[in-house]
Amino acid sequence: MATVDETMDTRSAQAARAAQAGRSQIAETVNAGLGRRYRSERRFRAYGVLAIVLALSMLATLFVTIISKGYTAFWQNSLNFEVALPADVIDPQGTRDPKVLASANYLGLVRDALQAQFPEVDSRQERRALFAMLSDSAPYDLQDAVLDNPGAIGGTIKVRVSLDDDFDMLAKGHINADLPQDQRRLTDVQVAWFQSLEQRGMVEAHFNTALFTNGDSRQAESAGILGAVVGSLFVVAVTLALSFPIGVATAVYLEEFAPKNRFTDLIEVNINNLAAVPSIVFGLLGLAVFLQFFGLPRSAPLVGGLVLTLMTLPTIIIASRAALKSVPPSIREAALGLGASKLQMILHHVLPLAMPGMLTGTIIGMAQALGESAPLLMIGMVAFVVDIPNGPLDPATVLPVQIFLWADSPERAFVERTSAAIMVLLAFLVFMNAAAVWLRKRFERRW
Amino acid sequence: MQILFLIAVVLGLMLIGFRFGRLRSVRVTGGDARQLHSLPTYYGLYVALWCGLPALLLLAAWMALEPTIIRMIVLDSLPPDLLLQPDGQTINDARLSLLLTDIRNIASGNIASQSEPAVIAAAGRYASLLQVSFGAMVVVVLSVAMGGAAAAYRFIAPQFRARNRVENIIKMMMVACSLVAILTTLGIILSLLFETLRFFTEVPVTEFLFGTNWSPQTAMRSDQVGSSGAFGAVPLFAGTMMIAMIAMTVAVPIGLLAAIYMAEYAPRNVRTVVKPLLEILAGIPTVVYGFFAALTVAPLIRETGGLLGLSVSSESALAAGLVMGIMIIPFVSSLSDDVITAVPQSMREGSYGLGATRSETIKRVIFPAALPGIVGGVLLAVSRAIGETMIVVMAAGLAANLTANPLEAVTTVTVQIVTLLVGDQEFDSAKTLAAFALGLLLFTVTLVLNVIALHVVRKYREQYE
Repeated sequence: MATVDETMDTRSAQAARAAQAGRSQIAETVNAGLGRRYRSERRFRAYGVLAIVLALSMLATLFVTIISKGYTAFWQNSLNFEVALPADVIDPQGTRDPKVLASANYLGLVRDALQAQFPEVDSRQERRALFAMLSDSAPYDLQDAVLDNPGAIGGTIKVRVSLDDDFDMLAKGHINADLPQDQRRLTDVQVAWFQSLEQRGMVEAHFNTALFTNGDSRQAESAGILGAVVGSLFVVAVTLALSFPIGVATAVYLEEFAPKNRFTDLIEVNINNLAAVPSIVFGLLGLAVFLQFFGLPRSAPLVGGLVLTLMTLPTIIIASRAALKSVPPSIREAALGLGASKLQMILHHVLPLAMPGMLTGTIIGMAQALGESAPLLMIGMVAFVVDIPNGPLDPATVLPVQIFLWADSPERAFVERTSAAIMVLLAFLVFMNAAAVWLRKRFERRW
Repeated sequence: MQILFLIAVVLGLMLIGFRFGRLRSVRVTGGDARQLHSLPTYYGLYVALWCGLPALLLLAAWMALEPTIIRMIVLDSLPPDLLLQPDGQTINDARLSLLLTDIRNIASGNIASQSEPAVIAAAGRYASLLQVSFGAMVVVVLSVAMGGAAAAYRFIAPQFRARNRVENIIKMMMVACSLVAILTTLGIILSLLFETLRFFTEVPVTEFLFGTNWSPQTAMRSDQVGSSGAFGAVPLFAGTMMIAMIAMTVAVPIGLLAAIYMAEYAPRNVRTVVKPLLEILAGIPTVVYGFFAALTVAPLIRETGGLLGLSVSSESALAAGLVMGIMIIPFVSSLSDDVITAVPQSMREGSYGLGATRSETIKRVIFPAALPGIVGGVLLAVSRAIGETMIVVMAAGLAANLTANPLEAVTTVTVQIVTLLVGDQEFDSAKTLAAFALGLLLFTVTLVLNVIALHVVRKYREQYE
């Protein structure tokens, strides 16, 4: 027996030795590879950081380019000088009748005043180059000033008249005066005139109110976003008025009432697929159904709102269903136990609790609608609309489409205004998303 | 405005109906509301609903049908020679709509392009018809509202089950609302299909699907040159695919690596900052990306290419694709993030227990496990890229160009839909109908991609739940 034990002992000792040797061998291989593996670990981690840094730097580039291109649009340079108002030109009869005052030749007066600054300019060609400095809206600036202050007739009036956008760009440094004349939009003489006006303190920079109070215009200096903003508001109002009730009602039906059958399955599949349909297809639908079939007016915010309603409905329905799902069943059971009908249980107890979540989803849907432009191109909201729309049936455009239209214009002044309009649009979106986040934080309940 | 006033009147009637219904319900029981079947409010609501619903539905139907019917009456009453061209043929649709616009303009006191006595007479008829129709509508709508309210009012009795009735009506309204989704899909399919079929009567299907020449300008006159009207959509598919591929080569690596880092490595506070920042990229309107692509990225690429001695088109596919890629990054990253965090923790722990490093765990365990979900997410992103419109409209070209060089200008399906349909258009021309055919194609492709993607993602979720 002892020998057997002995042999067993030696065997196990051998095995242990062999195992130890093997282990140390494994440890060796592992240790040998460890450096390489740690390096690859660090490399992989660095890739991840790199990807995030890349994505964020793209975001930063986007914002920096837009802000740096557009921040100058918030102020504007105008010509601020004395204009003579001879009574015999403006009001020969001396009646001070606003109608007579409004029809005087203000263009001539402004031009004369500008001419008076440069008496040496007299050839026709030079005069034309000089008068190019004035915006097309300059006479109206003077007209407004005179109508506000009829007492100045017969004397002079200090008035601020709009500059042509090229000269505005020159004042802001976007047109390089050092370039040779044939590489910029202004001639050397024009630049010299303008610089002398600047030295005389007649060029005044002020907040660009026109950008916020005017509709669209072919002249960059008087183009504004008010028409587009009002159009956007009408579109979003129509969208909200339709999509919120329909979306909530659909969500309540599907979540609380709908029996599980083919029909409700079909509805669900439809909603999920509609959420991923390209937005331009909704535009085609709007064109074929709302414009052609129902004969609704082109370019109307009403049609835009209808199309965007169909587009945002899936977002609202999906968010509302999630909100309804998060209300615990105990609330429902308690209400039913106290004798409430099913609809009473939903209207009095479940809906109020789910409302913050539904509103959050709705705001996100509205933000989506506010930034959308492709389907609106299809239903004619790309028209050049100067007037501020008064109702949902007037021709209008919306802010993103206005950006699209301006982005097509080659003038530097329009690039600047496009960027400014983008900033306004983004400000609206940031505000809406912040509201959604606030709503979620403020009313979120954990059960 | 008048319509809004009418709606306001109906709403006012509903309010009055509600008041009276509630009062009556209390009165029929002699002031003891406990004898009623339902709460008094429900009797009020019942009257209000019967007052408002039929009237408002009627109003909607009236407004939808009115233009068509008036148009038919006016057209019928026009003297026949106005509908004939000088050579004796009936005038085409474009002329007809011009004529109708004139009639409408004269009727509303605007300036019109012609002033023939027959047209002016028709305009007079049009205006008077409009007036008659509006008057009739006011009378009918208001009498329906009052009639409905009166009928419901008479029903009120202590045993009347008002709550159940009202709840049933509300439930019906909910069902109607949920039908909107189905109607939308149906509307999309029918309108696209209908116009596409008309398109295929003019252009053979095979030419559209397999032709390699796209120039949709059709000749207005027969002697015009260069306007053959070729509708071979292959260059559009190629362009769309190329731009989508460029976008995916940007978005997939960046989005995926960012998602992996955020799910597996990033500390909590980094995650809470970076994740919303990435989501911002998804919230920026596409028109802003388009502006960025056209005014910043495209010139940059062209100048860089110029330095390298390459000739880059100012509307290169590369610029549009790159910017579209940036737009899609958050889409890829948030979908993959969800999928990666859904991989069960036990799988990670098993791998760590065997001595694997984190990156090895990710590469050999988590990634293979999450692959189906990631593929689903990428497919969704591809369908996004294919359907994206504004970036390519602003930064990609218009001319159909069958090329594999990303530095050249290509055009896409969405760009062509926009250019074919924006601006002056006449329906019935092959040119506008082609846009609907392209739309149907776009809809089908994205739908198929989405169905596959959703299926894959759902299958994958089931595996771990």
